[in-house]
Amino acid sequence: MVAPGLTDATRTALAELLLSLADDEFVIGFWDSEWTGIAPMLEEDVAMSSISQDEIGHARALYELLASLTDADADAIAFGRSPGEFRHAALLNHARTDWAFTIARRFLYETADATRLAALARSSYEPLANLAAKMRREESYHLMHIETWLRRLASGTGAERLRDALTRAWPDAQAIFTPLAGEHELVRSGILPEPLTDLRTRWAERVGSVLGELGITLDAAVVADDGRTRRTDEFEWLHGQFTMVAASEEGATW
Amino acid sequence: MVISTREQAAWDALAEVADPEIPTISVVDLGVIRSVRFDGPRLTVELLPTFVGCPAIDVMQHDIGERLRGMADEVVVEVSFAEPWTSDRISPQGRERLRSSGFAPPVRVQPAAASAFEADELLTVLPIATCPYCGSRNTMLENPFGPTLCRAIYHCADCRQPFEQFKTV
Repeated sequence: MVAPGLTDATRTALAELLLSLADDEFVIGFWDSEWTGIAPMLEEDVAMSSISQDEIGHARALYELLASLTDADADAIAFGRSPGEFRHAALLNHARTDWAFTIARRFLYETADATRLAALARSSYEPLANLAAKMRREESYHLMHIETWLRRLASGTGAERLRDALTRAWPDAQAIFTPLAGEHELVRSGILPEPLTDLRTRWAERVGSVLGELGITLDAAVVADDGRTRRTDEFEWLHGQFTMVAASEEGATW
Repeated sequence: MVISTREQAAWDALAEVADPEIPTISVVDLGVIRSVRFDGPRLTVELLPTFVGCPAIDVMQHDIGERLRGMADEVVVEVSFAEPWTSDRISPQGRERLRSSGFAPPVRVQPAAASAFEADELLTVLPIATCPYCGSRNTMLENPFGPTLCRAIYHCADCRQPFEQFKTV
């Protein structure tokens, strides 16, 4: 592993980055897995379950990368923390809500994730670059799926609900690019090839161009400093759900 | 590349390890074995997951470890992302095995494997599949997501048969 060659400052910054990426994938994976069995149509049950399984798989690989860096256990990181210790973006604090909100959130999240992964595939930290390159191939399917749904809802009777959901999700979506404490170090070392603020600009252009075609405009939004630390009751509820099995018998092998 | 007799024996043994989800194809034909290496008392196998979240990885690791047991003092099956597994890694024999068991093989995406490593490449997903039953190309993608992460669902407009494709990735 490359990890032994890292200075303490770089290692700390890298750990913060990996945790933010892993928590994002983990939490959106759990929220959207709730559609299994109750999505608007059978094909969508399958699609949303499969996509959620991808996301949780990505989270696992990222938690394992983090665990190898800090000599910890990936399951303990995933299931052993309190809600306040999670570092996902505020966008993922919201409950599943309705289908329009799920599509709006996924669209904003997937486009942000695509922008972020394209940069991370060039990371100087090879294990992360390799993983990002692999994840991007799978995310191509997620993007295709979400853009299809976005266009479908935008052109039908769900248009207004979609617009409201996008408007609601947009401010918290900025939090995906909330600067990290160790970001200066990450950019200096090439682990993060571009500052998050530059990635955010590129993402916003992409979102604006797709939504522009659909006649939807979103107001300018700002990045909140607490974008990755703020938590909600809704997330606390989800946390209770996904830690339930692990908490039922501490130290169990599974 | 020169392959030692011991390495060849390990590859031969691996050719008998079936994919847990589609047992008609071996892990070698699936292209998930990146390398086999003897190093002193240790035999290391590098395993490339088809999908990052594939739940069969643990089973594959276990099955491979069991099959190779005894070929070295220690057998290590290492999950690796050193290069992305792509569906182009499935061997010609593997593609034929998929087809004969009712799975359309994935569409080839790269003329040369090298382009798979380019950082900025984003996969273009084309809804193309050849019906494994009647050979027709007159097929429709019903759902790019199927019963497992690596399978998509199609319908053949000619023989009216629904079928699955091993996903192009």
